[in-house]
Parts: sequence; structure tokens; C-alpha cells
Amino acid sequence: MNHRAIRAIYLFEMARTWRTLLQSIVSPVVSTSLYFVVFGAAIGSRISEVEGVSYGTFIVPGLIMLSVLTQSIANASFGIYFPKFTGTIYEILSAPISYVEIVLGYVGAAATKSIILGLIILATAGLFVPLHIHHPIWMLTFLVLTAVTFSLFGFIIGIWADGFEKLQMIPMLVVTPLTFLGGSFYSIDMLPAGWRSVALLNPVVYLISGFRWSFYEIADVSVSVSICMTTAFLLICLAVIWWIFRTGYRLKN
Amino acid sequence: MSSIISVANLSKTYGSGFKALKNVNLDIKRGEIFALLGPNGAGKTTLISIICGIANPSEGTVLVGGENIQTSYRKARSLIGLVPQELHTDAFESVWATVSFSRGLFGKPKNPAHIEKVLKDLSLWDKKDNKIITLSGGMKRRVMIAKALSHEPQILFLDEPTAGVDVELRKGMWEVVRTLQQSGVTIILTTHYIEEAEEMADRIGVINKGEIVLVEDKATLMEKLGKKRLTLHLQGKVTTLPDSLSHYELDLCDGGATLVYDYDTKGERTGITSLLSDLRNAGIRFNDLDTTQSSLEDIFVDLVRTS
Repeated sequence: MNHRAIRAIYLFEMARTWRTLLQSIVSPVVSTSLYFVVFGAAIGSRISEVEGVSYGTFIVPGLIMLSVLTQSIANASFGIYFPKFTGTIYEILSAPISYVEIVLGYVGAAATKSIILGLIILATAGLFVPLHIHHPIWMLTFLVLTAVTFSLFGFIIGIWADGFEKLQMIPMLVVTPLTFLGGSFYSIDMLPAGWRSVALLNPVVYLISGFRWSFYEIADVSVSVSICMTTAFLLICLAVIWWIFRTGYRLKN
Repeated sequence: MSSIISVANLSKTYGSGFKALKNVNLDIKRGEIFALLGPNGAGKTTLISIICGIANPSEGTVLVGGENIQTSYRKARSLIGLVPQELHTDAFESVWATVSFSRGLFGKPKNPAHIEKVLKDLSLWDKKDNKIITLSGGMKRRVMIAKALSHEPQILFLDEPTAGVDVELRKGMWEVVRTLQQSGVTIILTTHYIEEAEEMADRIGVINKGEIVLVEDKATLMEKLGKKRLTLHLQGKVTTLPDSLSHYELDLCDGGATLVYDYDTKGERTGITSLLSDLRNAGIRFNDLDTTQSSLEDIFVDLVRTS
């Protein structure tokens, strides 16, 4: 294992985060705070409790997941797309490093950023609403699992994209709608019966449900199903990345 | 001299069906400067890309330092430094950071003293904290070389190293390359500038349409294929040449003021004596003459035209 190469890629990517602090950390925190103000305080005050939890508190796990999902994808996809765009990918491809090491460097950095962001948003949420986390270990497990899985997904998008438009396409047209419809702001029990069945086809439902359970012990689906679905998505992403590197898809001629 | 790179039966066909390399066989000797010449699209960059791991071969094998580039890629790649043709840099990184990053990528422990030496050798030391975006094209090119040298490679690939670089900087680069060779680094350069190959290389390979047309010691190549040119400066202008001179294939230049005769130095007879005799018989007189050796460029153009 070329540990120094993993470290070099990881630190290089993390350095980009600190260099673009406003865009990487501050901007998502500001937008999440706005969600609290709008949905938590303004609209939430008119909504009764959801399964014994005030609405403002109820949306906290969903909001964290919303940011972690979108930022994991954005960080990882941009991380690998940018060297392709500038041409500096030649150095990665010609270095004595394995595909596993490349993925560990890029995805590790993207996931780290998302986890840090998730924890910052959690701390920010604590300023707006009272929080009590019933299962902190599970909360961290879901946070890490989601960050890693969606960073892998972002890495795939970054390799697939051959232009900035494609880089934005899947996050904007697929991931954001799925996240909004995945129960970030409501329990799927609040939906009519037919839509509830449709919602269960949305993989994000399982992530948010499991994460919310770790906070309040309330869930739309069972925790074990949430973990299984997230792990399944993780394995699918790993399989796709394995195929990408085996074939050199969009990386090597 | 032993081979540090051995390319055997290497072919590359792109997805479009274009055959970029056709059964290429090539050995690069340890410690030499090897110049790979070829017109645009000849397959130079494809060959380098395969050896360095950026492109996959369709057929054939490549050994670098005795290690197979596919089955033993870590050992093979760790020996190589690559300076690609295009100026691919991380615009917002500092020179020091990007060169240090390259060293880490190749699995080498931190060595600020080595990075400092590389930057000083390339006259980049005073720019070490500058962002790359602020540097000139020539400096960026040197940053690329510094990155390639950061992990102390035994082999350095320079793909069109002086493309778009002014004459002074080009000569500076030649000095850097010579110094590297003296330190034991094997250098493979591709170039469009024949004078560069003529100035720098120990051996020259010519590639055209994906095939190696020729690999030869530079001096031998010049000697073997070199033609000489005899230029006669005539006393008076001549409009037409008599039939008695037609078999010499002479060229009348400068509006009939000079007569040019190309001859092969390796031929049994150069034909100069009989030409001068026939000129006298035809009443054509000259007041000066000179001879010139054909350049590598002439040789290259001839080879590419006939291959």
C-alpha cells in the first residue's frame, strides 16, 4: 500500500477545502440555518409535533442528511473531475498507485469534509432547537456510512462527467429531488397511503429514517432495513468503481 | 549499454478503430538521451502514454528497468518522471506545494532539501511560494519538469519540452537536460524541433504512421544518410542548361546566378570531377563554390516522405 500517495491526495484535497472555506463550509451552514429559520421557526411554529417531537427538532436529522448527501457528491465529483478537466490527472495515472489508493485519497477527503460539515450543522442546529441524541454511536455510523457511500457515488459522477453540465445534472435533477422527497421535512407516515408506497422506492428515505432513529428513536422503516439499503448502495458504488478502473472508463484511452 | 526500457510488439488501436501504434519494437539504453521524431499524429505521445501508464496497450509488452508496466506497475512507474506536452498544472497551488505533492504521490518520504535543489536547478527557487497561475508559460514548463523530478526518477520523458518556448529558455532547458544526463538520468524526448534532436540526442528514433521507421545513433545516421550539397556561384547568369548536363539533375537558383548539385558522400563516385569538367566544356564558369552537409531535418523529411 502506497500510504504516502493516499496521504498526498487526501491532504491536497483537504487543502482545497480550507482554501475555499467560504464555498466548502460556510455556504452550506448558512443555507441550513436558513432552512431552520424558514421551516423550523416560521412554518414549524404552525405545525403540531411529529410523533412527540417538535417540528423544528424533527427536521434536524433530515437537514443534516440533505447537506451530507449533496456535499459528499459535490466534493467527490469535483475532486476527481477537476484533474480530468485541467489535465493533471496524468500525474495520478502515471504514479505508482493502485486504484484502491486513488479512491481512498479522493473519497476519504470528500467524506471527511462532509462529516465535518454534518457535525457543524448539528452544532448549528443546537443553537436553534433543543437536541438530544439517543444513539450517538449509531448517529455517527449513519453519518460516516452515508458520507462514504455518497462520496463514492460522487466519484463515479466525476469520472462519468465530460463537462460541467453533466457534473451538475445528476445532483440537481436526481439527488436533490430524492432528498427533498425522502422525508427530510416530514415523516412519510404523513403521506397518503399510495404515495407512501412510492416513497419507499426512494433510497434516501432509508438513510434519513435510520439517521432520525439514532436521534429520536422514531423511524419510517426499520433500522436494520435502513442499514441494509445503505450498505447495498455502498456495494453497488464500489462495484461500479471497480469496473471503471478495470476498464479505464473515461480515464484511460 | 543495457536497456532501461524495452518495448516489444507494441500495438495500440483506439476505440474508433484508429491504429496509433503498429507492432513497435524499441530499446532505450540506460543513460542516453533518445530523441523520438515524428510528424503530428505519428504516435509519439501514444507511445509515451503507454509506457507511463496513462493509456492501455492493445498488444505487446513494455519493460521498464526490467519490470513489466502492467504486472509490476508500481516498480516500473516509480522509475519514471513524465513531463507531458500540455501545460497541465494546478493553477491555485504554490510551486512548492505542487512539487511536494508529486513526490508524495510517488510514495517518497518528504525531502525538502531535494525539492529545494530541484527548484534551484530550474531557477524556480524565488518563485516557490507563488501560485502557478501567476507564472509565465516558460516557468510553468519548468514547474512541470520539477514535478517530474521530485521523486528522483531514473528515466525522464519530455514530450515536446520546448514547444512554444523562446530560444533563450529553450537553450536553458537543453542545459538542464544535459545536467540530468550527467547525473545518470535516461532521457527520452519527443520534439518537432530537429535542431533540438541534433543538438541533444545520442540516438534518434523516427516514428511515422504508428511505425518505427528508423532507430540510429545520431552520428551514424548523419553519416549514413547525410548528403552533401555543392553550390557554384556563376560568373554570369544562366537561363537554361545544356543537355550535356541534364543527367546531373542540377538546380538553377537565384535567377540563374547559382547552380546547386546534391551528391551522396557514400556513393562510389560523387560525380564532382566530371561535373566540373562538363561545365568547363559547356562554357559555364564560376567564381566561387561551397559545400554543405545535409541537416537532420533533411534526413527526417526524406524518411517520412518515403515511409
